[in-house]
Amino acid sequence: MRELLKAEHIAKSYSDKQVLKDISVTLNEGEIVSLLGVSGVGKTTLFNVLSGLVMPDSGTVTLEGEDITGKAGYLSYMLQKDLLLPHKKVIDNVALPLLLSGVRKKEARERASSLFEQFGLSGTEYKYPAQLSGGMRQRAAFLRTYLCGKEVVLLDEPFGALDTITRSSMHEWYLKIMDEIRLSTILITHDIDEAVLLSDRIYIMRGSPALITDEIVITENKPRSPEFVLSEEFLRYKKQIKELLR
Amino acid sequence: MKKERWIPLAVIAVFLLVWQLGWQFEWVPRYMLPSPVMVVQAFVSDFPLLMTHAGVTMLEAFIGLAAGVLLGFMCAAMMDTFPKVRAGLYPILVLTQTIPPVAIAPLLILWFSYGMTPKIILVVLVAFFPMAVGLMEGFQAADADMIRMMRSMKASRWQIFWYVKFPNALGEFYSGLRIAVAYSIVGAVIAEWLGGFNGLGVYMTRVKKSLAYDKMFAVIFLVSAISLVLMGLVRMLQKKTMPWNYLKDTEEYKRRTRNEEF
Ligand SMILES: Nc1ncnc2c1ncn2[C@@H]1O[C@H](COP(=O)(O)OP(=O)(O)O)[C@@H](O)[C@H]1O
Ligand SMILES: [Mg+2]
Repeated sequence: MRELLKAEHIAKSYSDKQVLKDISVTLNEGEIVSLLGVSGVGKTTLFNVLSGLVMPDSGTVTLEGEDITGKAGYLSYMLQKDLLLPHKKVIDNVALPLLLSGVRKKEARERASSLFEQFGLSGTEYKYPAQLSGGMRQRAAFLRTYLCGKEVVLLDEPFGALDTITRSSMHEWYLKIMDEIRLSTILITHDIDEAVLLSDRIYIMRGSPALITDEIVITENKPRSPEFVLSEEFLRYKKQIKELLR
Repeated sequence: MKKERWIPLAVIAVFLLVWQLGWQFEWVPRYMLPSPVMVVQAFVSDFPLLMTHAGVTMLEAFIGLAAGVLLGFMCAAMMDTFPKVRAGLYPILVLTQTIPPVAIAPLLILWFSYGMTPKIILVVLVAFFPMAVGLMEGFQAADADMIRMMRSMKASRWQIFWYVKFPNALGEFYSGLRIAVAYSIVGAVIAEWLGGFNGLGVYMTRVKKSLAYDKMFAVIFLVSAISLVLMGLVRMLQKKTMPWNYLKDTEEYKRRTRNEEF
C-alpha cells in the first residue's frame, strides 16, 4: 500500500489554549479514513493544518514524502459548510477550481457538466445554489472538491448538516460513488455509525488538548452495501468504539 | 405587497384634493399657495426651460456621481486590502461627514467660480462617502470560511476579491448607490443656488426673486421626480445584475426538489 499523506507530531495552540497535542495520522492510497471525535475537540483545526491553511506550532505534513507543512493547494479540501458562491450558477460553482487555475470558462463548464449526472446533479447546472436542497448543495460542493483534482481529499463533516433521512441516502450515494472514483479520503465525523459504515480505518480523537487515542480497522469488504449497518459485525464495531469513547 | 400599492396612491390623491380645496376656499392667501392645477400649468408653460436646466443639473450629477463612485470604490478596496490604510482613513471619513455639504458649497464657489466645476466637486464629495463606507463594509463582511475555501484552492488575492468580496459587497454597493444618486441631485441643486448660469438650482433662485410660487412648486416636484426615477433605475439595474438575489420562488422550489430528491 502506497502511503500518500503523513502528518507527524502535529501540535497547535490558539492564544493560550492548546488544541492539538502530538497528533500523527497517515493516509494510504485508496483508503477512506475517518477522524471521529466530539465537536470542539479539534478535528477542523487538524484539517486546516493538513490542508496548509494553518501553520502548526510543531510537526510536519508530508505528501508522498514532500514536505507540504503550511502550504495550501496540495489537497482537495471540502470545508464544513457547503460554501457555494451564492451569485454563481451551480455549474460555475462546481467548475470553480478549474476557473481559478486558469482554465477557460467554456472548457471548465464542459468538464464540470460531464460529471453532473454521476454526482446526481442533472438539471441543476444553470440554477443558483439557493434553489437546491441541502443534499444537492452538498453533492455540488463534493463535485467541486473532486474537480480540485488532488490525490488526497479531506471532507469535513460532509453529511453533518443534513437531516437523518437525507443523510442515509447520501451515505448510500457516497458508497456507490467512492466505488467508482476511489478517492483517498480523510473524513471528519462525530457520528459513530457513519464512521463504521464508510471507513477502512477510524482514528479516535479525544481530550483537550486532543490526541489520537485509538485506531480501529474496519475489515468489512468494499464495495459495502447499506445493509452493513444491520449486521452483527457492524454492531460489534459500534460497541467497541463506544467502549473506547467512554 | 403588490396589492397594497394603491394605499400610498390614495393618500397622494387625498392630499392633492385637500390642497385644491384649500386653495378654492382660501385657507391660505392665494398669492402664497398656488393650486395643484396652477403648478401643472406652470410646469407645462416653462417645460422647455425646465428641461434645459434639468439637463445641466443632471450632467453635473452624473459626472460627479461617476467620479464619486469610482473614487469610493478605489478607496474601499484600498481600505479592505491594507489594514493600515483603513485604520488611518476610516475615522477621518466618518469625521468629514459631520461637515454639511451646504457649508462647503460657498467655499467651492469661491475657489472654482460659477461654472460647473464646483457643482461637480460637491457631488463627488457627497457621493463618495456612502460608496466608500458601504463597499468597504461589504468587502469586510465576506465569509471567512468562504475565503478559507478559496485559499485551499490556491486562489490569488485578486481572485478572492473578484469571486468572494466584490459579489458580497454588491448589495451594499446598490444601497450606497441609491443614496448617492439622491444626494447627487440635491448636492448639485444646492451648489447651483449659490451661484451659476444654468441648472435647476439657478432656476429656483430666479423664480424665488420674482415670487413665482407656482414655478417654485413645479421645480421642487421636478427635482424630486428626477431623484425618484434615478433611484428606480438603480433598483432595476440591481435586479438585472443580481438575479440570484431575487429568487422569489426559492422556498417553493426547495419544497418541490426535496420531494423528488431521494
Ligand atoms: N481560529 C481560531 N482561533 C481560536 N480558537 C480556535 C480557532 N479555531 C478553532 N479554535 C478552537 O479550537 C477548538 C477546536 O475547534 P475545531 O477544530 O473547530 O473543533 P471540531 O472541528 O472538532 O468541532 C475549539 O475550542 C475552538 O474554539
Ligand atoms: Mg469542525
